[in-house]
Amino acid sequence: MATKKPDLTSNTAGIISPNPFWLASAPPTNSGPQIMRAFEAGWGGAVWKTLGQPVQNVSSRFGGLNYNGKRNIGFNNIELITDRPLESNFREIREVKREFPNHALIISLMVETEKEWEDIIARTVDAGADGLELNYGCPHGMCERGMGSAVGQEPEVNKRLTGWAKKYAEKYSPGLPVLVKLTPNVGDIVPNGLAAQAGNADGVSLINTIKSIIGLDIDNFVPVPTVGGKSSNGGYCGAAVKPIALHMVGALARDPRFNIPISGIGGVANWRDAVEFILMGSSSVQVCTEVMLKGYRIVEDMICGLEEYMISHDFQTIDEMVGKAVPQFSNWGDLDLNYEVIAKIDADKCIGCYDCVVACNDGAHQCMFVAEPGADGVVAKRVPIIDESECVGCNLCQIVCPVPDCISMVQVDNGHAPSTWNQHLAGEGQLRYKKGSH
Amino acid sequence: MTRLSQARSESVFKDFKPAYDANHAVVEANRCLYCIEAPCQIACPTKIDIPQFIRRIATDNVKNSAKTILSSNILGMSCARVCPVEVLCVGACVYNEMNQPPIQIGKLQRYATDLALEKGWRFFEAGEDSGRSVGLVGAGPASLAAAHELRRHGHAVTVYDKRDVVGGLNTWGVAPYKLRAEDALAEVDYVLGIGGIDVQLGIEVGDGEFSDLSWADLEAKHDAVFLGFGLGEDSGLDVPGLDLAGVHGAVDFIECFKTGSVDLSWARHAVVIGGGNTAVDAVRELKGLGVAEVSLVYRGTEAGMSGYQHEWKAAKVEGVRASWRSQPLAFLGSERLLSIHCARLGDDKQPTGDTYTIAADLALLAIGQGKLGKIIAGLDGIETKWGRVVVDETGATGRPGWFAGGDCTNGGKEVVNAVAEGKAAAAAIHAYVTRTNATGGA
Repeated sequence: MATKKPDLTSNTAGIISPNPFWLASAPPTNSGPQIMRAFEAGWGGAVWKTLGQPVQNVSSRFGGLNYNGKRNIGFNNIELITDRPLESNFREIREVKREFPNHALIISLMVETEKEWEDIIARTVDAGADGLELNYGCPHGMCERGMGSAVGQEPEVNKRLTGWAKKYAEKYSPGLPVLVKLTPNVGDIVPNGLAAQAGNADGVSLINTIKSIIGLDIDNFVPVPTVGGKSSNGGYCGAAVKPIALHMVGALARDPRFNIPISGIGGVANWRDAVEFILMGSSSVQVCTEVMLKGYRIVEDMICGLEEYMISHDFQTIDEMVGKAVPQFSNWGDLDLNYEVIAKIDADKCIGCYDCVVACNDGAHQCMFVAEPGADGVVAKRVPIIDESECVGCNLCQIVCPVPDCISMVQVDNGHAPSTWNQHLAGEGQLRYKKGSH
Repeated sequence: MTRLSQARSESVFKDFKPAYDANHAVVEANRCLYCIEAPCQIACPTKIDIPQFIRRIATDNVKNSAKTILSSNILGMSCARVCPVEVLCVGACVYNEMNQPPIQIGKLQRYATDLALEKGWRFFEAGEDSGRSVGLVGAGPASLAAAHELRRHGHAVTVYDKRDVVGGLNTWGVAPYKLRAEDALAEVDYVLGIGGIDVQLGIEVGDGEFSDLSWADLEAKHDAVFLGFGLGEDSGLDVPGLDLAGVHGAVDFIECFKTGSVDLSWARHAVVIGGGNTAVDAVRELKGLGVAEVSLVYRGTEAGMSGYQHEWKAAKVEGVRASWRSQPLAFLGSERLLSIHCARLGDDKQPTGDTYTIAADLALLAIGQGKLGKIIAGLDGIETKWGRVVVDETGATGRPGWFAGGDCTNGGKEVVNAVAEGKAAAAAIHAYVTRTNATGGA
């Protein structure tokens, strides 16, 4: 039976793209020729690098975070918005739309006054944008001038500016979708998402970069990237920020008051990351860092990987996937405290490194031990011993084990019915005996 | 001290296992699982804390990595290159258990120790003068390791060697695609850098016809003695034609091209007799020196050869062939070797009656080296067995104050075994010369 090819078309607040993969507003979307090459490579949409009063940038601008010999697991930058003349940007926007009418072209904007917002929106709409993205996220440089994350961190300001933008978008192009790009540099993302919604935004994009210092030059006592002997905080991004981004996307997606679409951003490097963001409530995903490191060509793998996933899970459309995991994103207080797993080791697969023993004893709950020598004083096989009566099922041994499927966490029946902390507070249910707490 | 010839034939050899650059070293170091009770460390005769030194490479703490290595094995640089890691640390790596490439421990150790030598990082100082003196016979790895350890205790140390080359087999016997003589000498300089190790070259100790210093004089000069004089000359065969030009002992031949220059442009067919590690080294060396056809003649089988299988496999890849279950009956030719007449052996290693002749203009005998126990056998209390000096686990002989280690006691093992034995003996010597009733004189 021939499998029906899934439909990758994505709809984010009325912005339609042939697939959910957009380039985020950043250096890869700095110019028309770049974006046209990206569309040719397969990207479904692109958010144009933020337009505003063109800036003067510093040199150098980027820094990479390396870990255990792996380069650039995280990344940061101190580059600002566009430094190119607005006229050039608008001319190229027209060219891109003429060449690629069916791709999504969203223009990121950042200005200060209402007058400036009206002016730039009018010119952007005239150039032919499919949507606007209001940059309230940039945590470096622009925020010192009262823009970027300085707006995104104040729900009231966010709402007021969004209101302006939406008003002028309606005036110059009725129905034009407006997204608000949120900053993660806040204690709670929800009020900021709700502020955008209250300002009549059609959707939100998140996360922008995280305020960061990527590292120091320890010989010269200066953070990097270094600009003439000094540095400044930058915006952190790349694979390492995905967990923060996924949480913020999920926090909005599950909030009953929040009901506008999300374009997910933050550490998306491959199809699997994209699937995670979509299942967590994103209608599209935006990518920057991985493209900066590997180029536009990565989208080919993202497309076929996503298709393969959709086929294997019987999804026909992206919409069927959006938010599929959100109901399972629960409060801690609603987790079943009587659910119990313990670690089991497959002795045939174990290679005897004892990394799990070290982790359990130094970093967890001390229930694993090295194999005892036999009567002959020789250890027959280096397989750790687990004291199951003390195993709390924390997963650390499984996480550090270098052998696939060697340690598994197996559910045990302790005879207790499910019971949560919130039920316990309400005087309901009975909690099981606590392990590893003596 | 030792001056090497500028034109040495060994210089044509490239490293069989090329050095890591910093990036490769860090990536490989980060693969290490950092085991506890690590099988690699258990497998190392010198018990280097391998997970620790690798962790330090992983974090760009290379100086302390080198310190970790050299604290256990002062000849860690040469051992990194010449150790048969495939049957020691690397062979014990737990990655082997999951069919993943094991950590390249030797290459990582080389990375750290090369840097230590290059940068001149020094970690050890001579101890305060103890007033005790130790004489060491032989300037190879066992004696050097012992001497360095003894200097840390502050004992005066004199090393004697009958050759005019310091370093022993590391300098004149190790395959050059593993370790070149100049690198071995650089390491010797590094070891001697602790100061106070008096190396007396060209001094043969013993009671033989050409000896420069008698055993009695040696004993009189020092509070303790360490014997690390290694093995003797290549063993011969009881067959005709050994005196033909083109027939050499393998160890002797290797020394010639490592410390000097040999011209093999005339050689077409080289045959190495033997199946041990010297034989396997020799065939690879002859290939590397440009001999077109190189083969091995061995009385045993491929599976039963004592040479390491991983080394022999490399030799085969380089084009070496072998005749198993064969043994030379005569080396034929007039003045120069032309061919070798061989007997075929059965599984019982007895001649089957079949014979054959192979063309050969160069033959190297690699069937073992003479044991030198006899040179010392006359001394009261010193026991020898199969030509080896008999010692206990501390390296002590039966004669008070006399210790021994390395090939002369173990019959010919690895450099790392010699280092371990030298180090152990140094501890025993230190205990001996500082014992409460020590009165001086061995």
